[in-house]
Parts: sequence; structure tokens; C-alpha cells
Amino acid sequence: MKLKITRDALVPFASVLVALAIGAILIAAQGHSPVQTYHVLIVRGFESTAGLQATLSKAGILIMSGLAITVGLRAGLFNIGAQGQVLSGALAATYIGYRIHGLPMYIHIPVALAFGALCGALVGGFAGLLKATRGVHEVISTIMLNSIMAAIVDYLTQNQFRLKSQPNTRTPDMLHSARLPHIFGYPTGFVLAVLLAIFVSWVFKKTTTGFELETVGRNRSAAWYAGISVKKSIVLGMLLSGAIAGLTGGLFSSETTGYFVPTFYGGIGFDGITIALLGRANPIAIIPGAILIGGMRSAQSAIQFEAGVSPDLINLLLALVLFFATAPFLAKLIRSNSKSITTTSGWGS
Amino acid sequence: MQRVFGSINIKSWKFLLTAAVLIVWIYCYVANGDVTNSVVASGMRFGMPLALASMVGIMCERSGIVNIGIEGTMLLSGFTGFYVASYTKNIIIGLIIAILTGMLTSFVHALMTIQWQMDQIIAGTIINILASGLTSFLYKEGSTVPNTWPIFDIPILSRIPFIGHAFFSQQGPIQYFGLILIPAIWVLIYKTRWGLRTRSVGENPGSADTAGISVIKVRMINVVLGGAIGGLVGGFICLELVGSFSKEFTAGAGFTALALMIFGRWNPMGAFAAAILFGLAQALSTQLQIFGVNNIPNQFITLLPYVFTILVLVFSAGKVRPPAAEGKVYKKEEA
Amino acid sequence: MDTLLNISNLSKSFPGVKANDDISLHVNKGEIVALLGENGAGKSTLVKAVFGLVRPDSGTITIKGESIAYGDTAAAISHGVGMVHQHFQLVPVMTVTENIILGDEPHKGMFLSMKAARQEVIELSKRHGLEVDPDSVVEDLPVGIQQRIEILKALRKDIDLLILDEPTAVLTPQEIDELLEVMRNLAASGVGVLFITHKLREVMAVADRVVVLRNGKLVGATTPSETDEEGLAQMMVGRNVVLQVDKGPAKAGEVVLSVENMTVKDSRGHEAVTNFSLELHAGEILGIAGVEGNGQRELVEAICGMRHRTTGTVKVAGVVAPDMDPRQVHLMGVSHIPEDREKDGLVASYSIADNLILNQFNLKPYATKGIRDFKVRDAYAEKLVEEFDIRTPSFENLASSLSGGNKQKVVVARELTQDLKVVVAAQPTRGVDVGSIEFIHNQLVSARDTGAGVLLVSAELDEILSLSDRIAVMFGGKIVAILPGEGADRQYIGRLMAGLTE
Repeated sequence: MKLKITRDALVPFASVLVALAIGAILIAAQGHSPVQTYHVLIVRGFESTAGLQATLSKAGILIMSGLAITVGLRAGLFNIGAQGQVLSGALAATYIGYRIHGLPMYIHIPVALAFGALCGALVGGFAGLLKATRGVHEVISTIMLNSIMAAIVDYLTQNQFRLKSQPNTRTPDMLHSARLPHIFGYPTGFVLAVLLAIFVSWVFKKTTTGFELETVGRNRSAAWYAGISVKKSIVLGMLLSGAIAGLTGGLFSSETTGYFVPTFYGGIGFDGITIALLGRANPIAIIPGAILIGGMRSAQSAIQFEAGVSPDLINLLLALVLFFATAPFLAKLIRSNSKSITTTSGWGS
Repeated sequence: MQRVFGSINIKSWKFLLTAAVLIVWIYCYVANGDVTNSVVASGMRFGMPLALASMVGIMCERSGIVNIGIEGTMLLSGFTGFYVASYTKNIIIGLIIAILTGMLTSFVHALMTIQWQMDQIIAGTIINILASGLTSFLYKEGSTVPNTWPIFDIPILSRIPFIGHAFFSQQGPIQYFGLILIPAIWVLIYKTRWGLRTRSVGENPGSADTAGISVIKVRMINVVLGGAIGGLVGGFICLELVGSFSKEFTAGAGFTALALMIFGRWNPMGAFAAAILFGLAQALSTQLQIFGVNNIPNQFITLLPYVFTILVLVFSAGKVRPPAAEGKVYKKEEA
Repeated sequence: MDTLLNISNLSKSFPGVKANDDISLHVNKGEIVALLGENGAGKSTLVKAVFGLVRPDSGTITIKGESIAYGDTAAAISHGVGMVHQHFQLVPVMTVTENIILGDEPHKGMFLSMKAARQEVIELSKRHGLEVDPDSVVEDLPVGIQQRIEILKALRKDIDLLILDEPTAVLTPQEIDELLEVMRNLAASGVGVLFITHKLREVMAVADRVVVLRNGKLVGATTPSETDEEGLAQMMVGRNVVLQVDKGPAKAGEVVLSVENMTVKDSRGHEAVTNFSLELHAGEILGIAGVEGNGQRELVEAICGMRHRTTGTVKVAGVVAPDMDPRQVHLMGVSHIPEDREKDGLVASYSIADNLILNQFNLKPYATKGIRDFKVRDAYAEKLVEEFDIRTPSFENLASSLSGGNKQKVVVARELTQDLKVVVAAQPTRGVDVGSIEFIHNQLVSARDTGAGVLLVSAELDEILSLSDRIAVMFGGKIVAILPGEGADRQYIGRLMAGLTE
């Protein structure tokens, strides 16, 4: 048993190495130095105190977005468009953060984050409702809602929510009382995210609600025969997934930026997919992947300035990691026999 | 043709919708022929890439493989097609490379789903993420192609009153090729041995297997052929319609194509009709903006296609029947 | 005599089971060989190996003296082997013609020539006296006709050997007789027939020789003239078996389930159950006989709250049961053994323990205020595994690790160990070994004796006849007759099942 666990854990690790090797070739092909690039990546991401702080802050966000996808996957739903929910949650939380005055921090922060979660839940829940009542597959509906939400937040930021005194499109700053504090420079968001991961893990292990969602995820037909309302579970699953995605956006606004610009949030929802798949939809197992990716993301701009390599290198590396970790040949090489996870394939409802 | 026209139900809402579109079209044509023609022609330009992209989905899904990697296939092949054309200064080579890239990408998809029996939706997602990662990393600004595929009128056909201008004039060769390719795929699926075998594999692979048909081979070939079409669309967009490559230019079109495929009930002609309607709606909304209905903010015009896509599914998804074996791994040995 | 098929020393293992262990047998020209054995004995695996659908681990297969490569269906077909599968291998949405020509289509270049194909099908069906409409869509046809299509598919090539895998499972007695006649005609024309079954009556009626498999091993070969049904049964199971269920007379009480004027649609929107009424009493077993696909599945699902009722009501002990709410219906005292245990009865990737409480995990004592109690679950699971003789090292193992019979025991244990008014048992012993069948039958009888009403839906007429206190025959979504179980006439019921009313 012990041996098997270490072998399974080896797969993502080996995938990272293979991805880095392929990345090195491509960097070299572009005429840059892979050694220097990776050096910057490691130093900026993981070595310096500032780097570590930035990494953990990013990791907290990514744990959350990974959790959003994970909750869906466990219920048999693939919330591929979590990005739209992240955006709506971020704008909603920002709005509460700058609009409402006079609240103490311990009320203002939770209210702002809760409002973000609510808006994310509305978007996700809408996709769930479409699936439960009209058979619209969430893969298509959430991708479309992604673009729809992007257009809506863009409109709101340019008009109603715009800080008029600034030339560029952005909202006013969130009040200090809505900003998540750092403890000795380390982000509190990370701690919150880990607590949330533990909570999600507990929900699926111990509660009847978690059991219902998971049963629907594993065998919809048997769930219905056993008296579980499949439609309710689909809506609930998407609602929860959306809520966590919305919370992710709110946390990012409150902890990192302090105001809303639509382009800040690029890729958070999509990185969540990579993280959830790497951690095989296990709420605790996604944490290391989130830290790794958090490090790479926080060093992203540094590799451009210090090594001259396109910051999109990170996108490429993550795609390669995901490919090698999910495709079975590396696993076969290492002789791990962990099963790859499945979603609900097919368009039927 | 029986399958397309054989079962027209005068009361069906699809028939009514088509009739309504035709009536509006005729009315507009009479009211202002030039504007109507240009709207319809631009609807064709919006619709054709989507129609072709949904052919990728049809080829794969008729054989039982769900392909949500259409997006990534188009992105990668548009990328290679454009940069090869830019480097070689030859758009023919560019297009060929685009098609080959599409086939290669789909081959990877086929490997993951058929050979390694991975979850098909996850496999498609990986294709999309890989394509996005590769193209954004390798992207170089400022490249240009020497020319795009030329625009011309088809003699005689373009002079047919009413439809001639819309379908047969002021378009490029790939656009016209689409008008041949889509019916050809319809013939392939319904009228040929290969099509019969493909459909049987998509509906009940066990049945095909016991009839001595190799399920794996049929699926592999269909997915790769689908990839060739995906590559064609990538080249079509970057070398004919737009003439340049921009990051993430697909912007969800691959998923819209899937919705249109579902709406068209996995029938090439159905998906084509759906795509044209979709293109018309988009052209019309763009036209409305030009006409000075400009109190609608730009963002809301851009989100219309996405709303349409959801609406398309709301009205069709629960009612259609996908190929029965779709999304399921076929394992030959069962105890 | 000419040997058509010769299998020697064939072995095949699946993870955890030796499906075929060193099996040798042969089939001669013009001979009907019955391959007898209970579910899971390895019969299907053996013939699938012959047809190239399963790769054997070792052994040789020769047809007309030529050895056949492992796993090569095309080679088997080209050597003149035809096979009719247990689960029909038809494409439901395609026409009869398309199904029959699949794999060797009449064509001009790459195009199908459907006219020629249609003509061929008409001629083929005339030649063998098996009537089909070439243009019907397969899914609209009754199972008896679907099987005819399967047989025509096999006969389309000039075959020397026809393999039939459990061909009679879904047929009425009359259809079975017709099929046996077809087999005799084929044998008379020189075709070798290898016929898989677990029904002794058919073996006695048609076989020239009988080969018996048990647990993957060949345990004997004989001829019908040398033995009788009892002897075959003993060979098949390896011990004395009681073919009759031991049960006392029913003590019917008040009505526990009443269905009034119920109409239900199937998944494709067609009416499957029409204006259906039925009363089930406490303490009786009411058997619903009928060929599959006559609305039984929809009836069961509508009663248990899984499928929407277009009209009509269902009452449990006088109280109206809600539509589309399986949980509530279950709480009212209706338990349900679904016909498809793999799809509807179990979550394969859950432990046996979780499967044993799958429909009550949210109730006390298994959960309090939404928090699950695993100690209670485990104690309960341990008890049931013991009581229902579920063969497993631990109740923590996954349900997927169990054999078919033990999976069914998990479902039966879950459904019968509750406070019950009504038990709806759909095909409760399908694909289950004889030992488990006896056990499940006894459980159903004891549920009856403790005062529950049992609604038994089965396509196996033998099961209906041996268990039911009353028998209702269902055809075309309606009950065509209700008869007392005592002394019911098999032939008469068979005619009713086929829709004949004299």
C-alpha cells in the first residue's frame, strides 16, 4: 500500500520534470538560456521571502479555484468555465468593498467575500439549472457564460463602477476595512484556502450532502433509484462550484489588487482545471499542485524582465504538465496503477 | 435526400423558424436589396467557419468520440498555417500545413481517447490547454502573410437572383469549398459504406465488432479526418477571412460549433442550416449597430453569439438523441 | 463424421477468475451440440473465443481443420462461423436492412447500393422462412423479431457453424419452439449448431449431444437419451438441486398496493403502459409474466416513483404515493430490486457497506443531522454480509469486486432488510448462479410470509410459475389475464404473452 501511494505521487512529479525538459528545448530554440530562465523561475517563485509570500498568496487563490473545479468533478460536473464565475465574484466583492462605508473589518471582509460567492453561485447555479431542466451540457453553457460575464463586467467597469478620475478602466479602491490583512507579510488568504480545502474534504467524507453529490457523480441512475434527486444535486453541485469560484475572485480582489480591472483575473479559472486534474479531484491533494503553479505564476513576469522569455512560457509548461500527468504513459512507466478520473462524457442529460 | 427533407413537419417550430427567416429575408430584400445582400453575405462569412467546425464534431461523434478539442485544433492549425505561410510567403503551403496540423492534433486526441481510453472531455480540455499554451508561447508579433486567398464571384451562379449574391459572390475559395464539402460529408455519412460503418460504431460498437468491423480503426480515421477539417477551418480563418493570427482567435467558436451540431441533430445539413441561421443573427445584430441603434453598448453586441449558443441548446439539447455509444470507451473483451 | 469445429485445451483468465480452464470439445457437421452450464460457468467466454471476440490465453481452435488466430473476428466469419449473441448486437436506430448488411455491404464503389441490399434481405428472409420487414427501424420491433434479424445476419453468409448464445432467454414458449425448429432445419441442411443455454427442457428437446461446463471446467458430455433433466441439473450445479421452490400456501391479507388507471410513457415518448390497474395483497406473490419490452420496466419505475405517470394513481396501503419521488415512495414501505443491478442497483466504485445503505444513508441511525455515522453503517454491513452470505473478504471492498450473484445479494439484502409493505422485484435472478437463485427465491418467499406483498416481474416463465401465488400476464402495456399460480398452464400463458387470446 505504501509503495503504491509513493508511485502515484511520483506521476505528477515526473510530469513536471518532463514538461520542464520540453520547455527548455523550446526556450533554447527561441535563442534564450533555459538555465537562466529556470533559475529566475525558482528564485523569484520559491527562494526569496518576497517570492515565497507572493507564491503563497497566488497559491491560496489557486487552491480555491482548484476546489471549485474539484467540487464539480466530484458531483460529475465539469465546470470548465469557472473563469466567468471568478470574474463576477471579483467584481461583486470589489463593489461591496468600496461602496459600503463604516463597517468594521471583521464584518466588511466577510460581507464582501460572501457577496462575491453569491454572484459566482448565481452564474454557476444558472448553468446547473440549464442542465437539470433543459439538458444543456455544462461544458458548453459555462464556456458561453464565461464570455457573457466577461462582457458584462467589462461594461460595468467602464460605466457604472468606473473610477472616473483615472484614465484607464478600473473601479475605485476597496476600503481598508475590506482588504484582507497580511500576517507578518504572509497572506491570510492561503490559510483560508487550506481551511476551505479541509472543509470540502470533510463534506465529501462525512456528510450526507457530500455523499449525495458524489453518488450522483458516480452513477446517476443508481442515485435516482436510491431516492437521490439528481436534478437537485446537479444544481447544488454547480451552485457550490460557482460559489467557491466567486469566492476565489473576491479573495483575489480583497487580498491582492484592492480594485477591479477585468484583465487581472486572466486564467485563474483555467488554472483551477489543471490543479483539480493534477490532484485527481481530491481537495487535499490539490494543494501541492496549487503551490507549484502559484510559484510559477508569481514568477511569470520576472522571467520576461530578467530572462527575456515570453511569460506565456508558464501557460505552455502547465499544459505540458497536465498532458503528461493525465495521459497514462508516464504512469505506466512508473508503474503506478491509479485510475484517471472521469467526467460525464456525452451530451445527454 | 429523404433524411433531410423526408420528414418535414409543417407544425414543427424548426420549419416555422425557417419560414419566418425566409419571409423576413424576402421582405428586407424587397425593401433594400443592397443592404440585405451584404447582411446575408456577411452572415455566410460568420456562419461558414462555424458550420465547418461543427463538421469536425459530427465526424468524431458519429463514430462515438466526443471532441471538445475543436477549439484547440483550430487554434493550433491557424497558428502553424499562418506562420508557415508568412515564412514561406506561400499561402497554399500554409493551408496544407494547417490541415496537417489539424490531423496531427486530432491524432493526439484519438490516441488519448481511443488508445489510452481516457475520459473524452478531459482529453479535449487538454488539447485546448496545450494549443493555447503552445500558440501563446510561440506567438510573434508583426508577422504578415503575402496575401490572403482572393475573393471572387462564381460566374453564372452569382447571377441567380435572390440567392446568387448571398452564396456565390464576393467570397474566397475556402468559403465556396465549404458549400461542396458539407453536402459531401452528408453523402459520406448516409450514403457510403464508410458512413454506415461509422454510424454503427457510434451507436453500438459491439454490433460493428461482431460484424468484423474494427471499431478502433473506424474511430481513429474519423477523428483524424475531422481534424483535417478542423485544420482547414483554422487556415480558413487565418488565411482567408481575417488574414492574420491573433492569440485565442477562436474565442469559444469550437464550443458554439458543438452546440450547432447538437441543434442540427448530428446531421451535416442540419448543422449547416443552424450555423447559417446563427451567422445571420450575428450579421443582423452587427448591422443594427451600424444602423444607429447605437444606444446598445458594444459589449452587449459582442456577447450575442454566446447568448444565441445557450438559447440554441435550451431549445434543442433535451430533445435530441446523441449517438448512443458517444463518450464511452469500447472495451473488446467482456467476460 | 466431418468435424467442423475443434477446440482443444483452451484456457482463458480474467482478473480474479479462470473463465475457461483447459476445455476441449468439437462440433460435427449437421449436429446440434448444447453447451450447458449455469451463469458464470464460462460458456459465453468459450464461444466468444471461437468467434474472435475474446482472446484465449492458450489452446487451439480449428475450423474445418484450419487453425484460427486468437481474437480475429473477421477470420472466424470468413471460415463460415456465424453467431447470434445473447445481448442482441443490433444498431437500434438503423433499419433491418442496414443491420443485416453491416460489415459486408452491397456497394458500387464507395457508395452503398441500398436497392440491392433490400432485395437481398427480402430473398434471404424468404429462403429461411423468417419474415422481416426490411425497412422497419430495429428499435421499433419486438424482441422476437429482433432475434430473427440476428439469425438472418448470421445466415447471410453461407455458414457451416452457427453459434447461438442463450437465444431463448427473451422468447415466449411458442417462439422458442419456432427457434428450435429453425435449428433442426439448419442441422438437417448440414450446418453445425453450437447452442448455449441453461434451460434443461430445450436441451432435452433439440440437442444431439450435451457438453456441460461448471466453474470454467468441462465436467461432462452426454446425450439427451442417456440422461434426464434432473441428471443434467446435477451435472450443471455439481450437487442435487431442487427445481421447485419450497413454499407454503399464501395467506393473502388486505390490499397493500393498488394501481388505478395508470398510463406511462417510455423514454422515447411512446405510451408503454396503458390505463393499467392492479391490486397486490399483503402476503402474496403476484407474478407479472410477459415478454420483455411490453411495458414492465416502465410499470415498475412508475410504481416506485422513478418515472412520471401521465395519468392514474398508485396507492400504498391506501395512501396515494407521490409521482416522481422515489425517496418518498421508499419511505412509504416500497422496496425495489431493479432489473439492471449494474446500472441502477449499485454504485460500482462504492464499498459494499455504502451500497448496502444506498437508499437510507440519510436516515437515522446511519446519519444524524446530515453527518454520517460510519460505525453504525459498518456494524449493519457486517451483519448483512453474514446473513445474506455475500462472499467477500470485507464489506469495505468495492461492489465492483463482487461476482454477479453476490452483487445481486447486496441489492436483495438492502431491499429486503427494511420495514416493508411492498417488494417490487424486477428480474431478481437474471444472470445469477443457481445457488444464489435458490437463496433469492427463498428470501422473496420469506418476505411474503412476513406479510409483505411481492410484485415479481420476470421474463423467465419458470421463475414466475414456481414463485407466484397469482400470475398476471402483461402484453402491450396492459394486463391481458390474471390467473391463479396453482396449476397454471405454461402453453396457455405463452400464448397470452404473445398477444394471442384465442
